[in-house]
Amino acid sequence: MTSGQTPAVELRELTKRFGGVAANAGVNLRVKAGTIHGVIGENGAGKSTAMKLLYGMLRPDAGDILLGGTRCNWASPADAIARGIGMVHQHFMLAGPYSALDNILLGAEPVRRGVIDRPAARRKLEALAGQYGLSVDWDRPIEELPVGVQQRVEILKLLYRDARILILDEPTAVLTPQETASLFENLRKLRAEGKTILLVTHKLKDVMSFTDRVTVFRAGKVTGEVATAQTDPQELANLMVGRKVVLGLHVPPARPRPEPALEVAKLSLKGGAGSRHRLAEVSFAVRRREIVGIAGVEGNGQSELVQAILHPRESRCRTAGVVRVLGREVTSWAPRKIRELGVAVIPEDRLLEGLLPERPVRENFLLGLQRSRAFSVAGFIDSQRLSEAASVAVKEYDVRPPDLDLPAGKLSGGNQQKLIVAREFQRQPSLLIAAQPTRGVDVGAIEFIHQRIVAARDGGAGVLLVSSELDEVLTLSDRILVMYEGRVVAEFERGRVTERELGLKMGGA
Amino acid sequence: MKRIIQPVLAVAVGLIAGLAVTWGAGENPWHVFRILVKGAFGSGYDVGMTLFYATPLIFTGLSVAVAFQAGLFNIGAEGQLTLGALAAAAVGAVWPGLGSPLAPVLAGAVALAAGTAWGAIPGWLRARRGSHEVINTIMLNFVAAGLASYVALYMIKNPDSQNPETRPIGAGYGLAHFGLFGGAPVSAALPLALLAALLVWILMGRTALGFEIRAVGQSEAAARAAGIDPGRIRIIAMALAGGLAGLVGIGEVLGNSGRFILGFSPEYGFMGIAVALLGRNQPAGVVAAALLFGALHKGTAELDLETEHVTREVSLVFQALIILCVSADGVWCWMGRGERWSVGASERGAGGAGGREMRWK
Repeated sequence: MTSGQTPAVELRELTKRFGGVAANAGVNLRVKAGTIHGVIGENGAGKSTAMKLLYGMLRPDAGDILLGGTRCNWASPADAIARGIGMVHQHFMLAGPYSALDNILLGAEPVRRGVIDRPAARRKLEALAGQYGLSVDWDRPIEELPVGVQQRVEILKLLYRDARILILDEPTAVLTPQETASLFENLRKLRAEGKTILLVTHKLKDVMSFTDRVTVFRAGKVTGEVATAQTDPQELANLMVGRKVVLGLHVPPARPRPEPALEVAKLSLKGGAGSRHRLAEVSFAVRRREIVGIAGVEGNGQSELVQAILHPRESRCRTAGVVRVLGREVTSWAPRKIRELGVAVIPEDRLLEGLLPERPVRENFLLGLQRSRAFSVAGFIDSQRLSEAASVAVKEYDVRPPDLDLPAGKLSGGNQQKLIVAREFQRQPSLLIAAQPTRGVDVGAIEFIHQRIVAARDGGAGVLLVSSELDEVLTLSDRILVMYEGRVVAEFERGRVTERELGLKMGGA
Repeated sequence: MKRIIQPVLAVAVGLIAGLAVTWGAGENPWHVFRILVKGAFGSGYDVGMTLFYATPLIFTGLSVAVAFQAGLFNIGAEGQLTLGALAAAAVGAVWPGLGSPLAPVLAGAVALAAGTAWGAIPGWLRARRGSHEVINTIMLNFVAAGLASYVALYMIKNPDSQNPETRPIGAGYGLAHFGLFGGAPVSAALPLALLAALLVWILMGRTALGFEIRAVGQSEAAARAAGIDPGRIRIIAMALAGGLAGLVGIGEVLGNSGRFILGFSPEYGFMGIAVALLGRNQPAGVVAAALLFGALHKGTAELDLETEHVTREVSLVFQALIILCVSADGVWCWMGRGERWSVGASERGAGGAGGREMRWK
């Protein structure tokens, strides 16, 4: 930083080790007061660790945290909060059935004669909300509010506690483009009022559009700090990955075959506890050699759709309607039989559904293939052949480190995902269902996974891509369906839709 | 290596602590230790009795371990072994005329089948009705005990005895005792238990079914997403667990008493939980732990006669202390200064830690 002004936040040679691994190795970060400062890096690059150190959730092994020039030594987040730091976590910390007002007060209730003084709190909050333009319906249960509003409540929570430094962890992950725009509008107002904002993200676009300066993390170190106006996405991506990355994969148009890989006809799914349908008469087809993308804000039925295709029999997915995979009606089939038709799946939540995190890479490579002819003879597993195939695949799919005995949970997010892709592609899929295939995956791995998905398509597979990343859907899909509240509300051909139009459809317009 | 050292150290610490307890009660711990060793291994007969006690513990330990691999807690080994023993005794009492080798094979198969069925019930209830196996296996223990009383006292009661027991089995059912052990009732049940351990090892480590059982135990969601039916696997695992426990009946009924005696088991089923825990749910570990517990059971029996202040119940104190030491994972981590770290753990830990530590002022 060139000016002589004391930075609002300064991390000096901050080091934090977990076991033998240095999650942060001498991190230096300076954030000027009254700015929006981007913090970007791949998964496991150490940006979250640095933020947790700043917020008092972890204690550094070495190095200093300085706020406005004074050294701080937090024992817990409570200390950090008392000094004016606030954090909005990626997964909101809200109590669903409580009203927005009560969520904000929770833990900091103004008490008068033993009773919570809600009117006073409301006056203070309304003043705050007016000042920063953050309007909220105070009395509705928080779970009934849209995600964008929930996030607003989280920010108000911090302001109510007089936070001057706001850390936002991946704030745009669950927002539509319109909600994102409104979030950044609000952040700009906060900046104008003198607040300092740290924006932790992996989205280059967010950083480019809304920050003043950017710090880039790679492998526990800071690899660069630049003024946003003087950089471009390519430079940032290179700093993040440490090599030159191809941004914006060029996908040649599909040459679909007429026969469908997947057909869904009038699929309906009742929501829990008498609520509205979670899927309502969803009908579409995915042909061989084409990618159909499903765009939508999360929670609009995409997960239910994938579940209903893969587990049509299960009671919690009880369906009306018909699912056909590769021309066979599978509505009453067991999941394993469906998979054995040649259906590869990249599940939405890889740690929960894709992997056995505590088990070695070798066993994770076998998961789901344990009955396949490639690895099992009369119910016995051929460990020799498994090891050979796993080593080859781990090399081909560039899973690092290429150690078959390492527990899968110790791989980085990107490498976990590459392992899942490697495994699923062993099936030589005719249908690939990829749900959020690059969520939490670093730039380098995104590029790789996208190439593989396109290669699967060109190899003859039909691909159903479910993603809440608009860029991903726009880049990969030959056709795009938009889901809103359990319905398919729009369909577009490749190149016939702008991000803005898509965003409006995703928001139900 | 650590996997072996840790339990061995835990056993040593537990034993020392147990001896310290006897010292506190007024005994000379060295004296107590010598009685234990002599009681468990002093003669061929003593070794035989140690093996005799260890045999059912191998079966129940394996039973608990197999269920545990599938993520299930089998508290019902006691009921399963009761039914297994009862079934074997009933076959022997109802058709006393059968000869060897058909008779013991039939009785053994029936014991296996009875235990399997008794294990499959809570497995099915969990898989298809969602009711928890801990509750159901505990309740089924009582049902099994009641059923056994009814059969032993009303249906095939031994008319020549005052004891609550069934009629003796036919002569053709009895298993010979190995001569090596001075008359201790060590029968073919011991090699059968070792064979069972071997088979479980092969099943878990080498077969697709074993892999599926472990996958369900590790992560139901991941197993389900991989096309495995977790419910089916749970039923199979519980049935297997029940069958293993049911095999206890072979050594106890065919190899020893020749009848079903109410209350014959000194809670082998519950000791099996401790055996599985100490053996880390691995077949070889279960065998080793069963031998240790068998030795403790036999060794402490002598304390009644040879010491003034402690009795055989000290065995339970030893068991408890060993289990405490084994399960004190935090202490082991602290000793290894192992702040274990993984990307997965830290990702998942983030939300949790935040949730716990978010205290606003």
